[in-house]
Amino acid sequence: MSIKMRRKKKKYSIIIPTYNERLNIALVVYLVFKHLQDFEFEVIIVDDGSPDGTQDVIKQLQNVYGEDRVLLRARPKKLGLGTAYYHGLKHASGDFIIIMDADLSHHPKYLPSFIRKQMETGASIVTGTRYVRNGGVHGWNLIRKLTSRGANVLAQTLLWPGVSDLTGSFRLYERKAFEDIISSVVSKGYVFQMEMIVRASRKGYQIEEVPITFVDRVYGSSKLGGSEILEYLKGLVYLLITT
Amino acid sequence: MLLKRGNSLKVIVVLTMKHILKIMTLVVVVVGLWISLLQTSVVPRSYTWLLPVYLIISLGCYGLLMVRIGLILFPTCLHEAVLLQKDIVEAKEFLTGVFPTPCPSFNYQ
Repeated sequence: MSIKMRRKKKKYSIIIPTYNERLNIALVVYLVFKHLQDFEFEVIIVDDGSPDGTQDVIKQLQNVYGEDRVLLRARPKKLGLGTAYYHGLKHASGDFIIIMDADLSHHPKYLPSFIRKQMETGASIVTGTRYVRNGGVHGWNLIRKLTSRGANVLAQTLLWPGVSDLTGSFRLYERKAFEDIISSVVSKGYVFQMEMIVRASRKGYQIEEVPITFVDRVYGSSKLGGSEILEYLKGLVYLLITT
Repeated sequence: MLLKRGNSLKVIVVLTMKHILKIMTLVVVVVGLWISLLQTSVVPRSYTWLLPVYLIISLGCYGLLMVRIGLILFPTCLHEAVLLQKDIVEAKEFLTGVFPTPCPSFNYQ
């Protein structure tokens, strides 16, 4: 391999699924461009037919930042998170895939730390964790925190996943690793994120963690009802048996 | 030579085993130990019979302890919500000059 090829700058494809994020997507994209000035990247927004004009905002962002840097890859309706990532992957030209949420709960200021961690360790996956020192959560009440810790202890005991935050969706993947893992994942919702990281662990990919902070969009509300808890438990059992 | 190859194969089998099989193997080993304790009577039988119950209770207590500790040490970040608001203000100032109408945002508390 020539020196030129070895020194080729790595490109990062940031995939952001959106649905009714007209209010936030412009802020997220602005912050991504602010914090990744020293890197080569593209932002791929997969919008599932938002009725609130999200796609109009994205088109305006394309006028500001360029259509080669902000890519809109829309879909006709809500088709799920996992397929949104897969759809974004098909249009990605980067060596690395970064997934993040559009609602500002994942702050783009952590993107350089993901990239630095990957460069330092050569890891295939770098995942953000809210549950370590220098990480954290704002906007969760006591019940929400209790549910989160209980779920985490159960998952750690049963699955031995090797990561502290299983349900987080702020991650960096080596492109090959992402393609390999996502092809074997069948779950939906946040169990999808669990399955991605557990399958990656089982396949022997090197996974590193960086602390992130998570500012929930609605203060004090508990988004975990009985159906979500049941879905989580079913997901745990599924992963226990199939991974 | 054969022994080395056997050990390597064992490692490969364990590493590639489904997770549920690893857990079942662990359970089988624990049950085997319990049965051997019953048969050898190293510990009085009246206690040995109850060992699985003690183990399950201990595991339950350990789990509750880990949840409690996790809750006490749960990292929070109020200052991050404040910083985020500042970033939102900065972003809106920039985008106001670029977009026809400013982008409103929800408030973090």
